Amino acid sequence: MSEAMTWVALFGLAAISVLTRSFFMISEQPLPIPDWLRELLKVAPLAALVAVVAPEIFMTQGHVITTWQDARWPAAVAATGYYFWRKGILGTILVGMAVMLPLKLGLGW
Amino acid sequence: MQLIQKVRALVGDPDFQQGARDMASPSLGLAAWGLVTGVTMVKSGLSLPLACGMSLLVFAGSAQLTALPLIASGAPLWVLLATAFCVNLRFVIFSAQWRSYWAHLPRWRRLLNGYLSADLNFVYFVKRYPDPVPKPGQQRYFWGGVAINWPTWQVCAFAGIFLADRIPTQWGIGFAGVLALLGLSYALLSERLLWWVAVTAGAVSIATYSLPLKLNILCAIIAAGAVGWWLDARKVRHE
Repeated sequence: MSEAMTWVALFGLAAISVLTRSFFMISEQPLPIPDWLRELLKVAPLAALVAVVAPEIFMTQGHVITTWQDARWPAAVAATGYYFWRKGILGTILVGMAVMLPLKLGLGW
Repeated sequence: MQLIQKVRALVGDPDFQQGARDMASPSLGLAAWGLVTGVTMVKSGLSLPLACGMSLLVFAGSAQLTALPLIASGAPLWVLLATAFCVNLRFVIFSAQWRSYWAHLPRWRRLLNGYLSADLNFVYFVKRYPDPVPKPGQQRYFWGGVAINWPTWQVCAFAGIFLADRIPTQWGIGFAGVLALLGLSYALLSERLLWWVAVTAGAVSIATYSLPLKLNILCAIIAAGAVGWWLDARKVRHE
């Protein structure tokens, strides 16, 4: 994306922040929320996050990784282990990076 | 002069102070998250002005981190905005709750409160006022939280932006952003059913990765939504 286009994107994203965070407060009248919408709202955030994360962990330049000598999957496994042990997002990041950096810098994975 | 007096009265208010104190307790985690977002913005290729602009304008960590790989790969604007909208859908749900507290305010105030209400603001506010009815002091409590949350986030994001260049690119520090999103995904796995939703989203996203325009993200969300719907319907039938 060009610099100018990225600025347009940023204003668009800011508008999305306002729109989503005040969604049901925008109208003066309360909006009814149907059950099926509640259902979709429940899974969409998780699906969107995982859809972005999965390729970042398991793919390199458009292809699924075929070597196990990749620093990202051990980092993701360690981070996952930490998360289900202690539940903190900060620790999850730190543990994952603590596994990734030595593998990447020390072994060149 | 009047403004200064107003601010002074607000800062001395017990509800405001309570809001600020409550928000201060998780601020270390918030600071780390802001720092990671700041570093990741620069490492994914944003220029300094763009990174600063993104932090000040968008003010939404998970949406920013999700948008960055899409911006870097040149995804079309509508895909970028649709993805950010989906990541932010939890706020849509929160806003239905916020409405019961802020419905009496003029629209611009509702939008301003909405824009400034991140996850933590919602969590602490609802904990303090479990009954969804307007009460005196709620506004001041809310602004006390914002007075801690917003500056902490921005200062740490800026620290990350300006420190990012000290860190060599080959370290792959941007992966910290991916790990943050991973942790956030796990935090959303509140039901067993949602595991299948997550697995579907990940598998479909990878399987359809070669589609143009980053359409794999939308395919993944739709497939995951269908799986969630189907599992839920099945569960209801069995009960």
